[in-house]
Order: sequence, then C-alpha cells, then structure tokens
Amino acid sequence: MERLETEVIIVGGGIVGCSTALHLRQRGVPVILLEQGQTGAAASGVNFGGVRRNGRALEELAIAARSLEVWRSMPHLLGSDCEYMVTGHLKLARSEADMVALARHAEAQAPFGFKVEMLSRNALLARFPYFGPKVLGAAWCESDGQANPRLVGPAFARAARAAGAIIREHSRVSTVARDGERFLVVCGDDREHHVEVRGRTLINAAGAWANQIAASFGEQAVMEAWSPQMVVTEPFPYFLKPALGVVGGDVYLRQIPRGNFIFGGGYGDATLASGRATVMPKETLGSCELAVQLIPRVAEATVIRVWSGFEGITQDHLPVFGPSLTTPGLTHAFGFSGHGFALSPGVGSIVAELATTGATDVPLGPLSIGRFAKESAETPGR
Amino acid sequence: MTEGGSLRVLIVGAGPAGVRAAETLLKHGVKPTVVDEAPRHGGQIYRQQPDGFKRPPRTLYGFEAHKATRLHQAFDSLKERIDYRPNTLVWNLWRNVAHVAGPKGTDEIPFDALVLATGAMDRIIPLPGWTLPGVYSLAGSQVALKYQGCAIGQKVVFCGTGPLLYLVAYQYKHAGAEVVAVCDTARLSHAAYLMPGLLAGGSTIFKGMWYAAWLKLHGVKVLNGVTPLRFEGTDRVNALRLITGRGGEKTLACDAVGHGYTLKPETQLADLAGVNFGFDTMTRLWLPAIDEYGRSTVEGVYLAGDGASIAGADAAELRGELAALALLKDHGMAVPNARMVALMRKLGRLSRFREALDRLFPVPATDVHAINDEVVVCRCEAITAGEIRHAAHELDAGEVNRVKALTRAGMGRCQARLCGANIAELVAHARAVPLEAVGRLRGQAPIKPLPIALTRKADALWALNRPDEPWSG
Repeated sequence: MERLETEVIIVGGGIVGCSTALHLRQRGVPVILLEQGQTGAAASGVNFGGVRRNGRALEELAIAARSLEVWRSMPHLLGSDCEYMVTGHLKLARSEADMVALARHAEAQAPFGFKVEMLSRNALLARFPYFGPKVLGAAWCESDGQANPRLVGPAFARAARAAGAIIREHSRVSTVARDGERFLVVCGDDREHHVEVRGRTLINAAGAWANQIAASFGEQAVMEAWSPQMVVTEPFPYFLKPALGVVGGDVYLRQIPRGNFIFGGGYGDATLASGRATVMPKETLGSCELAVQLIPRVAEATVIRVWSGFEGITQDHLPVFGPSLTTPGLTHAFGFSGHGFALSPGVGSIVAELATTGATDVPLGPLSIGRFAKESAETPGR
Repeated sequence: MTEGGSLRVLIVGAGPAGVRAAETLLKHGVKPTVVDEAPRHGGQIYRQQPDGFKRPPRTLYGFEAHKATRLHQAFDSLKERIDYRPNTLVWNLWRNVAHVAGPKGTDEIPFDALVLATGAMDRIIPLPGWTLPGVYSLAGSQVALKYQGCAIGQKVVFCGTGPLLYLVAYQYKHAGAEVVAVCDTARLSHAAYLMPGLLAGGSTIFKGMWYAAWLKLHGVKVLNGVTPLRFEGTDRVNALRLITGRGGEKTLACDAVGHGYTLKPETQLADLAGVNFGFDTMTRLWLPAIDEYGRSTVEGVYLAGDGASIAGADAAELRGELAALALLKDHGMAVPNARMVALMRKLGRLSRFREALDRLFPVPATDVHAINDEVVVCRCEAITAGEIRHAAHELDAGEVNRVKALTRAGMGRCQARLCGANIAELVAHARAVPLEAVGRLRGQAPIKPLPIALTRKADALWALNRPDEPWSG
C-alpha cells in the first residue's frame, strides 16, 4: 500500500491527460497522472491522425485554434514534431446535398479566422487530379494538416515526466471520491498494489472510460464506446498530400510521405469490459471500396494491417469539456467522439489554465456535461 | 450430439497436419473445407512442383520421397469429396467466420470448428549485410530449388543452424550447384550425450549424419561452432565472414547465402482467433497454449503441426490426425480411443527426439544483442537496431508494441513475422529485463498482405450501415 499527495490528479494518460500534465508542470503545479494501460495507447494512439478545423463543429473551433498553437510549438515543447505536417484538408461531397451542406458550413466557419474555399468538381480536379467520378466537389482548408498519432501521447508523457510530472502507467483506478476538501483516487484491486492518491483538483480525462468517474460524482454524459476501423496499405508512390474526409463521415483517407495510405471508417465491436476492440472484416472491405470510390488508384495498393481502439462517442458527437456541475475542483475533458486528436494538445493547455486560474477565455459552455442532465436521468447505467 | 454431416469444419493449411486432419474427418463422415495458400497441397516440406515439371519425388524429397508421395496421394484421393480451396488466404477471422481472399476475390467461410495447420517459417537472426541481394532465407533457398527448380546462386554458402541446413546443402549439391560450405553455429559436441533422445526419432538422426558425411565426401566444407560476423559485398553478397569454432576469422567467397536458424511457427491466425499464448523458454518464442490433443484455449479452435510448435513433418501428420479425433470427440462423435492412445505414444517419442534436436542445434537467439546499431532489423520498414535501442532507452519504451508504435519496427509488409522475435530480444537486452517481460507483439489482420483489387466487390458496401457523423473527417 502506497499513499501519495499532490495538487492535481489526472485520470487518463491519453493526449488530453498528458498534455494537461505538461502544461500544469509548466505552471509549477504538482501533478500525478494515473493511466490504466500505457500512455497514449488508446484512442490517442490508434486514430486517423487528422489535424483539421475544416468541417469541425463551431463549438470546438476556439479549442482547435488554441490547439493549433500547441501543434506548431511541438518541436520546441516536446523535442519532436510528431510528424505534424500542414498538408491541407479536403472535405469531399458525393452529392449535391453534400455540396450545399459544405457551403453552408463554410459560411458558418467564416468568422473564425481561417480560410475554407469551396471547390467545384472541375476546380478540385484542376488542383488534385486524382479523384474518382463520385466526388462532386469539396471544401478545401489549406491550413489543416495531419500527424502521427502513435507518437503524440508518448511524446507528451515524456515531456511531462521530464518537467516533473509523476505518471503512473498500468494503474487502473478502482475508486474516486471526495475526502474532505480533497479528492481520493484509489488504484489497484489487491492490497499489495493498492495506491491512494490525494489531491485538491481532479481531471477526468479517461476517454471512453470517463463516465465511470463522472458517475461517482452524480453526473453522466450520454456516451458509448465505439471502435473505429482503420486500415493501412503498403507504400505507394506519394501523390496524395491533403487529408481527406467526406460529408457523413463514413470514410477518411490520407497518405504519408513514406507512401502508405491510411484510411478508415465505420465501427466494430467494442466492449469496454473485455478491453478488446476488434476489427470487423466487412468494415475493412467496405472501407476499401469507399476509399477506391474516392481515389481509384487506391485499388492498386495492398492492405498490410488493420486496427481499432476505443473512442467515447457522445450522443451529440461533441466532447464533454468543462467544470463538473456537482463537484467543485473536478474538470471533465473526454468524449471527443472520434475527432479529438487535433484538439487534445490544446485541451491540456486549457485545462491547466482552468485548474490554476479558475477561468479561460475559450468558451466551454456548450460542451458542459450539464447538457445531458435530462437524457442521462432517463437512461441510467450508461 | 452433432450429426457429422452438418458439422462445419475449416482446416487452414494443406501440409502434413492439414491433410491428415482432413482425411480423419472425412473418414468419420465430416466433410471439411480446406483452405491453403499454395497452388498445390503438400505444405512447405512436401511442396509439389508446378504442373509440367517432371522431376521425380526422389529428387525433390530425398529420403522422405515415400512420405511425400503417400501424403500427396492421400489428399488426391479425397480432395474431390471436400471443399478444397488452393491459392486462398485466410486474411482475418471474425467470431466463427473465416474471411478469405482467393482467385475469385474475397469470401466468407462460416465454421463450427477450426483446425489451424498453418505450418512454419524461417527464423532469421540479422547480421550486417543480411539485406544484400543474394542473401536468402534457408527455407526460401529450398523452395527456390524444390518448386521453381532454381538455385539462389552458383557458389552458395549455407549458414545458421538446424537439420535443414544439411538437407538443403545436400539438395543443392545434388542438383549441381557449387556449395562452398555449411556453417553451423551449433558445435554438435554433445551429440553423443543426446543420443538416447536423438534415437527416439528413429532413423532420422542417421539420415542427418549421412547428409553431413556425404557433403564432406563431396568436398563441401562443414564448419561447426561458427559465429557468423557479416555478409560482405556492395551490390550483392560476395562473401561470408565468420569466426570458426577454433576462434580464427575466415572469409568464404560466394555469390549467394542461404541462412536460417531452425523454424518458427506461423501463429498469427491462432492469435486472431483469441488463443492464449505462453512464453517458451527453450525457443524464446511465444507459442499458442494447447493441450496434448491440440485443443487451444478457445472452444472449437484446434492447432496441429508446426503451426503450434515445431516438431517436424512426421509429428505433424500424427498431430493432424489427433486434433481431428479430439475435435470429433468434442462434438459428440464416436472415435477410436485406442488410436488416440497410439498417436499420443508415438508423439511422445517424437517429442523426446525434438527436445534432443533443440539441444543439439540451439538457436543463438541472444546473438542479436551484440549486433551494431547500423544493422537493419526490420527489413520491411528499414529500422535499425540503433533505432530500436533508442526507443527502448531514450524514449522509455519497455514493451514491444510501444517500440513498434514509436519506430515502425515490425509495421511493414511481413508484420513482424520475420523480425518480431529479434525486436523483443533487443528491447529486453537494452532494458536488462527478461525477454518475456517486454511482452508480445499483438497479431493484426491481414495475415499476409491483402491486395485491395481482390477485395473489390459490388456488394461490399451493401452490408455497411455506418452512422452519420456530422463532425468527423
């Protein structure tokens, strides 16, 4: 049995948790992070790797802007750019209705200070001459990019450790509770490996598992664990610079300079209890077909690996981010619903700001856990 | 309990284990489906030459010609009565459905029980220069000869360890290639001490001794207790540099090398099936956990032959039959218990032989600890030993999947089938922990590369019901 004291306890060692730890240490705050597996290995490490604002919900754009500052500073902050590259992003339309939706959203995004350009099919092909006949046009955002998800979480964890954060991997939280003025977090089931951590502030960055923590304090998001289905091919001559998405989100595709196509779409079987997020072969085949429909040359490539992981997907596909409504000192940052990779470095910066100053200029109201109060009362046990 | 006719059994692999499993099932009224990657049945050891090639079995299989012929005939006589799919890869498993890719594209095969007879592949230890043109794996050298009728070069050195080394050298020499030398890392000095175990394999050990003697008689240098240092050459290998058993350095000029350190089981499908693995201290590999009949830890999944653990072709035939009998018994069918007992007895003898053989030809798996930082370990992604050590030390990666994630080692075309064990050795050594403490690379589909052109099917999208995601991608 071990007893630890700190200022801030972070549960969850994804990019959100590790970035929070690093940013807190930069502000001189003592921090202990508890991660059930390895840092950055769940949703943070197995996602598509898009770093974009194009097509993103308006409620997330201020976070995305903050995050972009962190992405740009990574070589200095982490000693690695994590293969972040500004390649541009195309959100593609496959119907006239898609084009209308893209144009409407581009207009709504206009006040947020980054350029999104609508491209007709001809304009698209003039610049990117590799799309198949199903693609009718796109919203083009030149300032978007992509990065290597496998590197980011571990890089934040190393930097946070080097800055003095205590990061405990393979430390599964069994209990969280208030203990007087402080929070008590208990790890481990048996006495021998029992660890008690006490701190003034608690950050719930437990991703797909976060509702269990929220529920301990009498609030919940309406959220399910889904497992996104990813595919990578053998290297192919590099031609596809921008990352690609589509209206509706059933497929996404990019190519890295090494030549591999990385694409995905759909979801498989995800049971949090078993800890196993599996790949469903029919989803792999479906993604191959959808990817080929976007770019016919993908048909010449060869799949070498498929994978999946856990994503916490909320009812409205928006994250849960902001102070608890039941418990002072508790901050939630989870449920990024399959598009948190780009945001998470910035989320850590904002959480650190919140935890030390009690305020941030990033508007978080619409992302509050309170928006689920009615639904979660009707669907207990989520 | 189950009517034989309705029981759906899928056998993966048509080598010695798969063929005998199929034969046994059919004998009991169960018509299995047999899926095999090769164009013709026989597996690796009894691989058949392409149509139109006319070399006699004795040329192809040596002492084992009668066994090869028997196995081929056994399968020829039953293949019309079962669902046999050559040239077909099981690329993934999803619950009780195998997903296959073959000449007609992708398909699904539902099953009630699965027999994995997936065979073995070369075990390689990287040395400077091992990715040079002209350096082949040992079993790959054998396939070139046995299947295509080609030699890997005109002046060939074979190095590594294991009985296969002598057999392949013999086959090359016999086929007319110049074999410069056989360089075995094993000293063979305790052969006499191991003799009781070696004799448990019947005449096999004498055949091995005969090959070695024949090679010497025909002017092939046979060096034991060597330490290979590097493959030399710029555009192509032109020499093997090694330390001899006596301690002196030696350069053997050649234009091709076949190297390999015994075999390792092809366990990826067992992994995808969810079978538990255990660490084997003798081979320093993670192997699927099976009982003495071949039952895995997953109900309905059976393993047979070298795909479970290396025991050789004779054992594979017996294990294929035994696993099939266990499968039938588990499904409530009457099986001859006396036959099962007899099979177990024979297998017991062969396992004593195998143990002695493993001791006679120990795999110098830890030799990889000493390789220079510049040596490429993961050939597909061109990741060096230095990069792996850097991840293990500086990037604090103490687990092989984490090392893979940070370096790309094991992420390429072969999906770590070739380099996985060496990556684990390097990480364990860099961190001064036992090999089993650095974990095991997770198996991921596809088992072998899957051409997207094969997967294209008009109805692939038909079954998809993807949720609409307003903010994704």
